[in-house]
Amino acid sequence: MSLDMFIQHLFNALTLGSLYGLIAIGYTMVYGILRLINFAHGDIFMLGAYFVFFGVTLTKLPWGIAVILAVALSALCGIVIDRIAYRPLRDAPRISALISAIGVSFFIENLGLVVFTGLPKPVYRPDWLVEIITLGNIRILPLALIVPAIAFALVMGLLWIVYKTKPGLAMRSISKDIETTRLMGVSVDKIIALTFGLGSALAAASGIMWALRYPQIHPFMGVFPGFKAFIAAVLGGIGSIQGAMIGGMLLGLIEIMAVAFFPALSGYRDAFAFILLIVILLMKPTGLMGEKLEEKV
Amino acid sequence: MSANPPVLETREVTIRFGGLTAVSNFNISVPKGSIVGLIGPNGAGKTTCFNIITGFYKPTQGDVFLEGKRITGLPPHKVCEEGIARTFQNIRLFYNETVLQNVMIGGFVRQKSHWWMPPLLIPSCTREERELRDRAMALLDSVGLGKLAGEISSSLPYGAQRRLEIARALATKPKFLLLDEPAAGMNPQESQELMDFIKRIRTDFDLTILLIEHDMKVVMGVCEHIWVLDYGILIAEGNPEQIRTNPKVIEAYLGEEATQNA
Amino acid sequence: MKTPNKSRDLTLTTAAVGLLLVFLWWANGHLDNYKIQVLNLIAINSILALSLNLIYGFTGMFSLGHAGFMAIGAYVSSLLILPPVQKEMIYILQPLIWPFSVLQAPFFIAVLAGGFAAALLGLIIAIPVLRLGGDYLGIATLGFAEIIRVVFTNLTPITNGALGLKGIPNYANIWWNYGWCLLTLFFLIRLINSNFGNVLKAIRDDEVAARAMGINTFKYRVVSFSIGAFFAGIGGALMASLITTIDPKMFSFLLTFNVLMIVVAGGLGSLTGSIIGSAVITVLLEWLRFVENPIDIGSFHLDGIPGMRMVIFSLLLILIILFRREGIMGMREFSWDSLINRFSRGGEAR
Repeated sequence: MSLDMFIQHLFNALTLGSLYGLIAIGYTMVYGILRLINFAHGDIFMLGAYFVFFGVTLTKLPWGIAVILAVALSALCGIVIDRIAYRPLRDAPRISALISAIGVSFFIENLGLVVFTGLPKPVYRPDWLVEIITLGNIRILPLALIVPAIAFALVMGLLWIVYKTKPGLAMRSISKDIETTRLMGVSVDKIIALTFGLGSALAAASGIMWALRYPQIHPFMGVFPGFKAFIAAVLGGIGSIQGAMIGGMLLGLIEIMAVAFFPALSGYRDAFAFILLIVILLMKPTGLMGEKLEEKV
Repeated sequence: MSANPPVLETREVTIRFGGLTAVSNFNISVPKGSIVGLIGPNGAGKTTCFNIITGFYKPTQGDVFLEGKRITGLPPHKVCEEGIARTFQNIRLFYNETVLQNVMIGGFVRQKSHWWMPPLLIPSCTREERELRDRAMALLDSVGLGKLAGEISSSLPYGAQRRLEIARALATKPKFLLLDEPAAGMNPQESQELMDFIKRIRTDFDLTILLIEHDMKVVMGVCEHIWVLDYGILIAEGNPEQIRTNPKVIEAYLGEEATQNA
Repeated sequence: MKTPNKSRDLTLTTAAVGLLLVFLWWANGHLDNYKIQVLNLIAINSILALSLNLIYGFTGMFSLGHAGFMAIGAYVSSLLILPPVQKEMIYILQPLIWPFSVLQAPFFIAVLAGGFAAALLGLIIAIPVLRLGGDYLGIATLGFAEIIRVVFTNLTPITNGALGLKGIPNYANIWWNYGWCLLTLFFLIRLINSNFGNVLKAIRDDEVAARAMGINTFKYRVVSFSIGAFFAGIGGALMASLITTIDPKMFSFLLTFNVLMIVVAGGLGSLTGSIIGSAVITVLLEWLRFVENPIDIGSFHLDGIPGMRMVIFSLLLILIILFRREGIMGMREFSWDSLINRFSRGGEAR
C-alpha cells in the first residue's frame, strides 16, 4: 500500500473514529452515573439524522438552524426517554432498566419505520462539503477534516462543562456516590436529565455528520454504530469521557485498517468490534479501567 | 486444652489491600470441640480473618490449616467441602427460596448424584434426594424451625432467619463452624437462647465453633478461649476472665468509645 | 410441607397431557394451515422461552445470545435433513464442503445434533463470558450472537452465505413440535424441582452465600448456560424445519428480543409462566399482524402500516417492565392445588 493511500485511510479512520467516539460519550456518561447500558442511545443518533433531513427538505430551514434544532430535539428525546422509561426503575434491579432500554430501542426503531418508512433516504449534501481536496496525491473529502475538528471542539466543550461548571461537579459527584450526592442537596434527577441531554446531543451531532459522510439514512442506521460505540466506551474505560473518544478512535482505526490491509476480511467487518469486546473482557474480566467490581463479602 | 490437636490453625496470616495491611501475623489455634471467640473494635479486621479462613480472600502471607491440612488459597466452595461452614454478619439467606430449600442447598455439597440424573429419573438419585429432604427436615426440627419449613425464608422473623442461616451451615456437615456476629440485633432474652443453642449444636453436631461477637455477655458466656484483634493485630488472648481484666483490651475498647463519642 | 396429593396431581397432569394430545389431533384434522402454524409456533416458542428462563430466570445470567444458539441448531439440523442432491442445487455460489455435502440423518437425530452443537458452542462461550456478571454478560453474549451471524454470512462453503438454505424438508409437524416441547418441559421441571434446581436458584439469589455453602458457582452456571443453549438449539432446529427457509439475517437480535419478551411477560423463574407467556405472546404477535395489513371497513380503506406491530409489541414490554415487573406468574408455578382452591373458594387462593 502506498503512503498516500495509507494517509487517505487514516483520514477515513479518523472520521469514523470521531463519530463512534461522540456516541460512546453518551454511553459512558450514563453508565458512569446509572450503571445502565442505554440501548436506545444508538436510536437517538438515528433521530438526529432524520430531524436534520426533515428540517432541510420539508421545512426548507437553513442548514445551521436545522442542525441546532435537530440537536436540541434529540437532547429532549433523550431526557424524555429517561423520565418515562428509566427513572421509575431507579430502585429496581439493574437488569430491569436494561430490559426497558431494549424495549425503548425497538420502539424507536419501529416507530421510525412507521413514520419515516423503511426505504433508505438519500441525503442532500451542500457541494462544498463533497468537493474533493487534493494535497499532492492525497485526495480527501472536506468532511474528513471537518468531522474530526467538530468532534474535537464538542468534546472540549463537554469537558469544560464536566470539569469547570457546577452541574459538571454534581455529575462527577453522582458517578462516585449517588446517595451521598442526594443527601448533599443536589437535585440528582435534574443532573441525570442533563447527562442524558448532553449525551443525546452529542449522539445527534454524530448522526448528522454520519448522514453527511455516508449519505443515506434509514430507521435502523443507529443499531450497529450504537453497539460499536458502546464497545468503544468499554474499550476506553467506561465512565471516562476522554476514554470514550480514544476508544472510538481506536475502533475506527481497527475497522478501516483491517479491511484496508486484508481486503478478504471485509465481510467480517461488523464482527471486529464484538471480537474486540470479548478479548478485552477476557483480559480484564473485572472492571475495565482497573475499577474493581468485586462484591463485598 | 492442649490434649486435643487443633482443628483450625493459622500461621503468620497477613493480608494487604493495596498499601493497607488489614491483618498481620494472625496466629490462632483452635482445639477440637471448643467454642472460641474473636473480638475487637469495629474495623479491627475480624470479618477479614473469616474471609481468609473461608477462602474468599487469599492471604498475602501465611497459611491456614484444617486438621493439619493446608487449605490456604482454596476457593470458598472447596473450603466448605473440606469442612468449614460459616454465617454472615448481614444474614445472607436465599431469600426467594423456602426454609427447607435453604437447608437442602446447604446439603448439596455432600450430595453424590449429578445434575443430569433427576431428569432421567435415575433411582439412586431420587432416593438420595428423598434422604436429603428427610435429613433437612430433621435438622430443621432440631433447631425448632420444622413448622416453618414451607415458608419463604424472607418472610421469617429476624431471630428465625439467624437460626436458619446456622441450620443451613450445619447442613454442609462441617467440622468447624464460623459465626459472624450471631447475636447482632437480638434482645437479651434472644441472646440467652442463642447461647444455649450454640452450646447445644456443639455437642449435637460434634462441632468446633469460632464466633465473632460484640455482645460481651454472649462472648463471655459461651467462649472458652478468646482472641482480641485491634487494627489487624492480635493484642491479647486468654480465657474470659483474663480478657476481662486485660488492660490492653480495655484500652482498645475505651479508645473506640472515645472516638465514637467525639 | 409434603405435597398432600401426589397421586391426584399425577392423575390430573396425565389427564391434561392427554387432553392436549386429543386437542392437537383434532386441530390437526380440522383447523386451517394458518392456525396450525400458530399452534406450532407456540410449541417452539415455549421451548425457546423455557431455555432462556433456565439461564436468566432461574440462574440469574442475563444472556442476549439466544439467536446465536438458535442459528447453530437451525443450520446443523437443516444441513442434516436436506438431501445431498438438493444441497448440490442450493449451493450455487460455492459448493458445500465435505462431509456436510453427503451427511444425512433422520429428523430426530438431526434436531438432537442441532441441540448438541448449540450446547457445545454454549460451553465454549460460557467459559470466558460467564466470569462476567449482569449487563456485561448481556452485551458479551449479544456480541457472540452477532459474531455467529457475521461468520454464517461469510462462511459460504458451509452455510451458503447470505442466500441461506431453502427448501428445508418440512418435518416439524405438530407432533414433533409438541413432543419436543413436552420433553423440554419434563426435563426442566425435573431439573428445577431437584436439589440441583435449588442450587441454581441459590446462585441467582446470592452467589456469595452459595459459594460459602460449598457450591462451585462457576461450574453450575456453565452447566445451566449449556443446557439452555442446548434447548435453544433444539428450538432453532424445529423452527428451521417449520418455516423451511433460513438465512443469517433471520437470526438477528430481534429474535432474542421476542424470546426475552415471552420470558419477562410469563414471569422470570416460572416454567409454567414461560408456557403461558409463549401462548399469549405468540397469539398476540399473530393477531397484531392486522395492523400491518390493509383493512377495508365499508368504503374506508386503511393501508397497512409496516413496523406498527413491533411498535405496539415493544411498548408492551416497556409497560410490563414499568408496571408489572413480575409478569403473569412472577416466580410462582401453576399447581393443581391453587387451581382447585381458586375454584372452590372463588379466587381466594394465592
